[in-house]
Amino acid sequence: MDGLLALYIFMLAAFTGYEIIAKVPVILHTPLMSGSNFVHGVVVVGAMIMLGSADTPVQQAIGFFAVALGAANAAGGYVVTERMLAMFKKKEG
Amino acid sequence: MTLPLYVQGAWFLGAALFIFGLKGMSSPASARKGIIIAGYGMLIAIAATFLIPGLQNLGLMALALAIGGAAAWISGQKVKMTDMPQMVAIYNGMGGGAAAAIAAIEFAKGDTHSLATTVLAVIGALIGAVSFTGSCVAWAKLQGVLKKAHRLPAQNAVNVLLALIAIGLGGTMVVQAPAQPELIFAFFAVALVLGIIVTLPIGGADMPVVISLFNAFTGLAVGFEGYVLGNPALIIAGIVVGAAGTLLTQLMAKAMNRPISNILFTPMVASGPGEAISGSMKELSALDAAAMMRYAGKVIIVPGYGMAVAHAQHKVWEMTSILEEAGVEVKFAIHPVAGRMPGHMNVLLAEAGVPYDKIFDLEEINGEFGQADVALIIGANDVVNPSARTDKASPIYGMPILDADKAQNVIVIKRGKGTGYSGVENALFYTDNCRMLYGDAQPMASEIIQHLKAMG
Repeated sequence: MDGLLALYIFMLAAFTGYEIIAKVPVILHTPLMSGSNFVHGVVVVGAMIMLGSADTPVQQAIGFFAVALGAANAAGGYVVTERMLAMFKKKEG
Repeated sequence: MTLPLYVQGAWFLGAALFIFGLKGMSSPASARKGIIIAGYGMLIAIAATFLIPGLQNLGLMALALAIGGAAAWISGQKVKMTDMPQMVAIYNGMGGGAAAAIAAIEFAKGDTHSLATTVLAVIGALIGAVSFTGSCVAWAKLQGVLKKAHRLPAQNAVNVLLALIAIGLGGTMVVQAPAQPELIFAFFAVALVLGIIVTLPIGGADMPVVISLFNAFTGLAVGFEGYVLGNPALIIAGIVVGAAGTLLTQLMAKAMNRPISNILFTPMVASGPGEAISGSMKELSALDAAAMMRYAGKVIIVPGYGMAVAHAQHKVWEMTSILEEAGVEVKFAIHPVAGRMPGHMNVLLAEAGVPYDKIFDLEEINGEFGQADVALIIGANDVVNPSARTDKASPIYGMPILDADKAQNVIVIKRGKGTGYSGVENALFYTDNCRMLYGDAQPMASEIIQHLKAMG
């Protein structure tokens, strides 16, 4: 990828992350940490690409490990976040 | 390799949904919709990845997805709300491990890359690996598998030395690229050990900040490996989380009144006894406590981790409901570091059924203590210690606290006479308007409920 273009993406993404969190009330910090934890579970996509191009048994083993870990990150992060947020309700909700 | 447009488009959509979802999570009313939207983003991104032409090892891939996904899904459904911090830690560590593993394969392939790509691959691998083992140690500590903080002699020197070795090996990998397998192995071994050594001496109460920091680390690692793979979706998701996690870590460290460097490098010690406190602690019966609150106009409840440990939150909510029916205005005041994660207490109260519009954070509620007839403190200590405002010798001086001492009457439910996590005596307990109710929070709350019911 074009290095300079990536640098722009880095910068804009960093500002986006900062802006999104800066406005979040403290009461949502735990679900938010867990929710952002879920979002970086997208690493599973990268792991799949690597496993998909692995040629040696060692690479396959590491790739398998990476996909399993990434999938656990995504699935686990989603479940606990959703469970926590489902409990937040207004009065008589 | 140029990918087909439908794969690229799906990844783009995924990244957009992540940001949209995180944005939704910034308000309690839309938060659940937010995580579901982000969830769809993830499904779309994963499904599209399967459609990349010429992908090998599809069977292995499906198996790994099924094993990792199912194991985490089931454990995530079962975990108790009080154990949430360590669960988040372990899922986060797995993400870091995956990012490090991606880099490991990239190095093992030995393809030639641009300098920037190799540098970012190495940095991503280093912080991913540290986040992986560090998060595992954090999990073990919060889960109670590892009981105490282990400090090596000259801990900080060892940390710095290990970090320098890891950076040195990483630098060699950049210079010598493609690196020899032995070098790659040594680099990852040192990075993994570094994560363990750095995290071991950190005390349990500081863990939330560490988990948050590792969350940011994993985000950055994912972003950097995304660059290596030429995948903007990974870059965006990773860097957004990295920036968000860094900010969250700073907010938490600020709420604990300790700079992040302090948490990482120095153990918490009481720097001195602080000013001598005059007066005595005065006991109170559950009956009197019930009467005081029943005939109050306004009660503010300050829950601490002690309440969660005693599993008293359901009883406390039951008590709150009875008081409200009797016409008492009841609010909950939450300190930013109540619980084992920022916002953890809110989750625990939400689980007990407390609506979020009754829960207020420090800035919102501190002005109201002056009008409250009763401040009921349950299992909280340092966060209501007025010494933090006045006593410059106190280790917690400067920490923002809840001004519970400004209420007409203060009732403290506490197991014993001990000090809080900081080891500092609480001046609040000795003030004239403060009464102590010694006992476990859960039976105490039940007793108060009985008396309240008897009063009708």
